[in-house]
Amino acid sequence: MSKRTVELELATPGMDARGQPIRVPLGVAPDPGASDLAPPEPDLAGEHMLINIGPQHPATHGVLRLVVELDGETVVRVIPHLGYLHSGFEKLGEYRHYNQIIPLTDRTDYLSPMANNVGFALAAEKLMGIEITPRCTVLRVIACEMSRIISHMVWLGTTSIDLGAFTPFLWAFQERERIYNLQEMWTGARLTTSVTRVGGMMADIPDDFVSGLREFTQTFPRTLSEIDRVLTRNAVWVGRTQGVGALTAAEATNHSLSGPMLRASGVAYDVRKDNPYLDYETYDFDVVVGEHGDVYDRYLVRLEECSQSNRILQQALVRLPDGPINVADPRVILPPKSRAMNDMEAMIYHFKQVMEGVKAPVGEAYVGIENPKGELGTYLVSDGTAKPVRWRIRPPSFINLSALPRMAEGHLLSDLIAINASVDIVMGEVDR
Amino acid sequence: MNPTVDALRATFGSAIGRGLESCGDTIVYVARETLLDAMAWLRDTPQQGYDYLVDVTAVEYRDRERPLEVVYQLRSLARRADLRVKVELDPRGDLTVDSVVPLWRGADWLERETYDMFGITFRGHPDLRRILMWETYAEGYPLRKDFPLRGRFSRAEQVRQALGANPEAHYSMEELSIAEAYDELPADMKERLRRGERGKLPNSE
Repeated sequence: MSKRTVELELATPGMDARGQPIRVPLGVAPDPGASDLAPPEPDLAGEHMLINIGPQHPATHGVLRLVVELDGETVVRVIPHLGYLHSGFEKLGEYRHYNQIIPLTDRTDYLSPMANNVGFALAAEKLMGIEITPRCTVLRVIACEMSRIISHMVWLGTTSIDLGAFTPFLWAFQERERIYNLQEMWTGARLTTSVTRVGGMMADIPDDFVSGLREFTQTFPRTLSEIDRVLTRNAVWVGRTQGVGALTAAEATNHSLSGPMLRASGVAYDVRKDNPYLDYETYDFDVVVGEHGDVYDRYLVRLEECSQSNRILQQALVRLPDGPINVADPRVILPPKSRAMNDMEAMIYHFKQVMEGVKAPVGEAYVGIENPKGELGTYLVSDGTAKPVRWRIRPPSFINLSALPRMAEGHLLSDLIAINASVDIVMGEVDR
Repeated sequence: MNPTVDALRATFGSAIGRGLESCGDTIVYVARETLLDAMAWLRDTPQQGYDYLVDVTAVEYRDRERPLEVVYQLRSLARRADLRVKVELDPRGDLTVDSVVPLWRGADWLERETYDMFGITFRGHPDLRRILMWETYAEGYPLRKDFPLRGRFSRAEQVRQALGANPEAHYSMEELSIAEAYDELPADMKERLRRGERGKLPNSE
């Protein structure tokens, strides 16, 4: 691993260039006799300790339970226990129509509900061979990138709290609140958005949504640069994240990591660029790639991804076309209520859709989208009925978390908290 | 269709079953005995280069006559190519397939989840335990089609079992052997653990 030089003195006046405090804190004078400590007790050496972290612990970011074997303060082994939030979504999906599954996707990765809705709708549309409208495509891009920003803001805030920085948490959650207000304006819900439907959207954006989002994209970079100034060269932050939990590119690939975890290790794979959906190839944005694969690089990747998302949002607002949000296919999209009440044919379509659901042809489809946590895959298998035979979520944070024992072993217990935070898990998705 | 299917068939012959395309994705069926060899070949042959395992899961169809399928989503990061490999298993027969953890560490939890949800045993997996359901879960495999949506046991029975579970069920034997915690347990608890009776109700015999 190559050495990095960070100009610490610019950010934290109390530290010298190596991160050592210049002044002794709290005015305590160093005691000349302090080195006269008693020798460590010999019988404590080599005895391993078993500690249990979670499932109710703020630093595990949900109901994750870690059983940790410690040698002194060094982590020898980590055994994660999951399933405390298992809800059986995939089983439940086999008993639901395609459009009825969309509310379930909200509740998997509940920090980016809109992006999950989009992922499921794209898979169902691929299965049914539906082309969505141009306006719907751009609206879904807006939904995905808004989700990316709020998810990364929650990650940044909670991780900075884990590592002892409180202020960025407040800034990040303020920005998240502004996006939540926009989501509420659009869907009526802050968290359980259910914004997509198979073949279109639940609703078009309201009148002042565009101006609200434009105002957000203009002011959000200022917060990002403030967070950058307070963290990127902060001695405590740098000292606790650099060289911690590093994975090489080959290891990250072999562990099937995805998203910022994979890119921080130097693998330039972004589903938006390399297997594009929603016309992402026509947007001008950069894939952020790290170099060292440690916690610090994951932080840098996520921070820069926020500004890239902001760029995509700005471009999407410029190109947002007029037109319908739903495909003109009465077998897929419900007719307007007024037509259903006045027109015989529309009423029959309405009845058939509500009672029988939208039928998918026999076949199967896999769609991976670049969610904030990584690649969210939706794998649908149909036997020709209105309910899928199998609805599989490829959960990015579940797979990213599986590399936690490999990353944490050999580090200190306090680094385990930093590494676990850097994975960016959300237990609703890990346990599903 | 993805040309890898023909290359696979040229190398492994009749062990490669049918190849088909669904919604633009290429699917190839591989015989159970050849799976590990075919996967290693797909990963290590330079022209193929499927170095990234996207997902491992299984599918059981509503039609009871159709075999159960273990599904592997593979990807070549360099070539940006995807391939779906399937292995068919007889649901009434032996649900065993070779583990691909020696090839991809990422398969570890994915195979554990498939075992947990479908009861498929992955031969050679280093630590094949339930992952989302708890280790003493006795109702079967939730994603199988013969498993009822609300579980096999009644709500009352589920509550009774949860309240009556032994606290030692929260740690595995392996975990208790760390730090010599095992030596400090009460004698009757140690005896139950030795007999492998973790998590059973004390008065259920």
